[in-house]
Amino acid sequence: MNGQLFLLPPQGSAYAGRVDVLFWTMTAATGAVAGAIFVLLILFCSRYRRRSGPERVMSATAVGRSRNRPLEITWITLPLLVFLAFFFWAAWLYDHQQTPPAGAAEIYVVARQWMWKLEHPDGRREIDELHLPRGQPVRLVMTSQDVIHSFYVPELRIKQDVLPGRFTVLWFTPARSGVYHLYCAEYCGTSHSRMHGRIVVMEPQDYARWLGGGGNGGTLAQQGAAKLRTLGCSGCHSPGATIRAPSLDNLYGRTIPLADGSFVTVDEHYLRDSILLPSKQIAAGYADNMPSFAGQVSEQDLLELVEYVKSRAGSNTP
Amino acid sequence: MSAASQDAALESAAERPVGELGMWVFLATEVLFFGVLFCGYVVMRWYYPQGFAAASRHTDVVIGSANTAVLLTSSLTMALAVQSLQQGAARRTVWLLAATLLLGAAFLGLKLYEYRDDYLRHLVPWLDFVFPGRHAGGARLFFYMYFVMTGAHALHLTVGLGVVTVMIIGVARGAFSRERAAPVEVAALYWHLIDVVWIFLYPILYLVART
Amino acid sequence: MSNTDSYLGAGLRLRDWLTTTDHKRIAILYAMGITAFFFVGGAAATLIRLSLITPQGDLVSAETYNKLFTVHGVVMVWFFLIPSIPATLGNFLIPMMIGAHDVAFPRLNLLSWYLYMGGALFTVADLIIGGVDTGWTFYTPLSTMFSNTAVVAAVAGVFVVGFSSILTGLNFIVTVHRRRAPGMGWFRLPLFVWALYGTSLILVLATPVLAMTLVLLAAERLFGIGIFDPALGGDPLLFQHLFWFYSHPAVYIMILPAMGVVSEVIACFARKPVFGYRMMAYAIIGIASVSFLVWGHHMFVSGQSMYAGMVFSFLSYLVAVPSAIKVFNWTATLFRGSISFEAPMLYALGFIGLFMLGGLTGLYLAALALDVNLTDTYFVVAHFHYIMVGGSVMAYFAGIHFWWPKITGRMYPESWARLAAIAIFIGFNLTFFPQYLLGMEGMPRRYWEYDPQFQVLNVLSSAGAAILAGGYLLPALYLSWSLRYGPRAAANPWQATGLEWQTPSPPPEGNFPTTPRVVRDPYDYTPGNRDEAGAAMHPQAGP
Repeated sequence: MNGQLFLLPPQGSAYAGRVDVLFWTMTAATGAVAGAIFVLLILFCSRYRRRSGPERVMSATAVGRSRNRPLEITWITLPLLVFLAFFFWAAWLYDHQQTPPAGAAEIYVVARQWMWKLEHPDGRREIDELHLPRGQPVRLVMTSQDVIHSFYVPELRIKQDVLPGRFTVLWFTPARSGVYHLYCAEYCGTSHSRMHGRIVVMEPQDYARWLGGGGNGGTLAQQGAAKLRTLGCSGCHSPGATIRAPSLDNLYGRTIPLADGSFVTVDEHYLRDSILLPSKQIAAGYADNMPSFAGQVSEQDLLELVEYVKSRAGSNTP
Repeated sequence: MSAASQDAALESAAERPVGELGMWVFLATEVLFFGVLFCGYVVMRWYYPQGFAAASRHTDVVIGSANTAVLLTSSLTMALAVQSLQQGAARRTVWLLAATLLLGAAFLGLKLYEYRDDYLRHLVPWLDFVFPGRHAGGARLFFYMYFVMTGAHALHLTVGLGVVTVMIIGVARGAFSRERAAPVEVAALYWHLIDVVWIFLYPILYLVART
Repeated sequence: MSNTDSYLGAGLRLRDWLTTTDHKRIAILYAMGITAFFFVGGAAATLIRLSLITPQGDLVSAETYNKLFTVHGVVMVWFFLIPSIPATLGNFLIPMMIGAHDVAFPRLNLLSWYLYMGGALFTVADLIIGGVDTGWTFYTPLSTMFSNTAVVAAVAGVFVVGFSSILTGLNFIVTVHRRRAPGMGWFRLPLFVWALYGTSLILVLATPVLAMTLVLLAAERLFGIGIFDPALGGDPLLFQHLFWFYSHPAVYIMILPAMGVVSEVIACFARKPVFGYRMMAYAIIGIASVSFLVWGHHMFVSGQSMYAGMVFSFLSYLVAVPSAIKVFNWTATLFRGSISFEAPMLYALGFIGLFMLGGLTGLYLAALALDVNLTDTYFVVAHFHYIMVGGSVMAYFAGIHFWWPKITGRMYPESWARLAAIAIFIGFNLTFFPQYLLGMEGMPRRYWEYDPQFQVLNVLSSAGAAILAGGYLLPALYLSWSLRYGPRAAANPWQATGLEWQTPSPPPEGNFPTTPRVVRDPYDYTPGNRDEAGAAMHPQAGP
């Protein structure tokens, strides 16, 4: 990247290209305004320059030139319209950047002082490094074990804070194979500047070969199924349990009614809250009797449990 | 303008009263100050509705209600004190201010007794907090907000007691009178704010789940 | 100058100064404190820039680096920028500009100064002896649960200084309402007074939010329970919302007074009324009001909802409109003016250029999709330094030079002052323009170490900082020199309008022998009034 000292980093996705179009359009617009003002300032300053000194008087041609209503209205309205155009353009892109497509590959990100832990659904774990196939949309589900971090990839023009106690989501489609920078962008303590890593985007066949390197203790969902038993969840959340609790099968992605009459779509956030704050949103028809697992499950456990419930989407049989 | 009214205008520029406006501006800052606490309370209650409801049942509604009555009465005596000073009845003003002081002190005494009681019942969240049931986490945050909010209020009330004491001395010595009632009026504004804050605190701390 | 009659000559003992209730002396007291803290913050900045010359952070350790940018941020924001123009020039000039003998509450004014000095000295001692590594933003849970440094002491000092801000704002509001001289209607107020009035509204309404938030932060750290730490059931975003509810309006606390100063200076040196005076006044109040509704644009990537992001982005564009109006109006003021380029004017023109560059890059950061990429990078660092240093500090220097003869009764060496203005302008751009490029390339802020590809621009920035530092030292030297050796100043050396110029230099205690009566609009530079040279004239009815 040394050759591009004064430019933006190379574009790692189609989205990055669209952000850059907006960036350069805005640079052209603001540059034009700044240029015009500078020209006028210099012009006025040289044209109307008078000898220094207090004996200088107001020029006769200036009398009465301290307001001009139509001119003022023009330069209130015009910037406002231009600003609105930029607002809508940027908001439209943002909306796109905040809305992951269906069928994106899921990667779990756990941040802590001062490293990134990245987990593939098949159970493969990486530290400060993420391998991805080119062209495949990726959805990152992120959380932090301690303070706030921020997942920043300049080549993709995206960034998302990673918070303790909740999931945040980021998605992208890498369009070019190569190595992208991964930085922590939210100040997180002593070694903040060393909390960086890289994203290795590979051609799909190379990625398949890399994947062949083998998994370890089963997929995340399998590990979650084991957790479900050891934590005792299955004692209630299984057919025939004495305490009636909602089935976890075919639950993820559905919109379910709540006891207070509202509806919620079951996503990572809802599942997470249901484990940690079970009383916050009660499914309709069920008692508010689940104990909170806050403090008993780690972020890792949560990811596995959530992944288990997700893996059961579309299955009606226990 | 006639010369006489011009002179009057010149005089008044330096003499225009500033105390009351200053106090109103100060009260605006106080509203924002407490606003942070109310905002924090609302957000936490939104996260933990059952915890807040359960915890609220553990507050002492008898003392809370009694204190509400005490403080509202103190605002009445304060308002009457201002009125009587404006009518020139200095002696009655002193008695009414003394009643205000006494009621304020009674509030504080009851509040301290309540704090002691809370402590004995293990409701102080940073000490030996014990709360039965599944909502201990939310309840702990409720009691944290309870102590911060009532503590901030009690601190303001303590300052108010000092101010009222100064007013009593001032009126008794004749420094504040019908002609110079502004300091007492300004002090009364502050006192009423303390009262208003409590009127908001009382229902959200004591009456959440008592329907 | 008959020193015995002036406010400077009335009691020369230390005790006379420390117990003064004269708004002009309190302004001087503030100026001394502010200058000292400016150099403390500047020293930290110097070490930061030195450390960033190499990518490996050779000069200081990571811990020290983090403490340095915390010192720099805390000191510059709360102990220099926020009180800078309001507490010095505002204190000195508001009563004089409106024809008053003092502020509404002179003793409260002195109390403000003691709170400021006490709180600031306490925090600075804590930051230097102990050190705090959270950054000036004190984000939770880093500040509450993870930092091992003396956070509580630092926020305690900031809390106390907050009350100084509140009392100063309160004093100014009541002063402007109640102490205007006869004839000084709202639309005869100099724009400087309008700007300080808007600033005071923000001081009074935003600062309490910071104060209480810091109390909650300290309580959380001390008691181990609170509403900001997710491990305890709290919400760290709540802290960010409350913090920026104060800290975004705080940006306008820094820039509105600067706009006021520049309006005065440009009108005087262009010999013309400020173009669109009423619109300028409305713009000030508009900025002050909308400034309370845009805090969420600091949080586009924080995890707040997408729709909140859109609303805050929209409102941020709205607040940009009045700022744009002001730049256009200053430019239009120059049109057909009768312009000369004394040092205050050079600083003011520098302000327009730098403020414009900072403001225009603000449009990038208000744009959601661009902010997602640029936030928390050096682009943001460059943006707010253009506004807060390029804007506010430039204007502060413009004001100090403009009113120096009035405040001290002495003239400074003009050519040195012009040299300093130019050096600061060039040094500033060399320091901070490369930081825009660094941010575009993707260098995150608050990085002690960085990738080697960023080194060239960092070296450029540090080199510029050397020129900038020199530029800032120059006024300290020649202004000190002028206190003793500068030629005596006339009452109105620039032939400016405004009531403050109707008094001797330096002014007497009480400012005016009798309350003046105002008969003209501000900036009335029409030739017929030349020998009177006043928008607001001395009382027509004599004493």
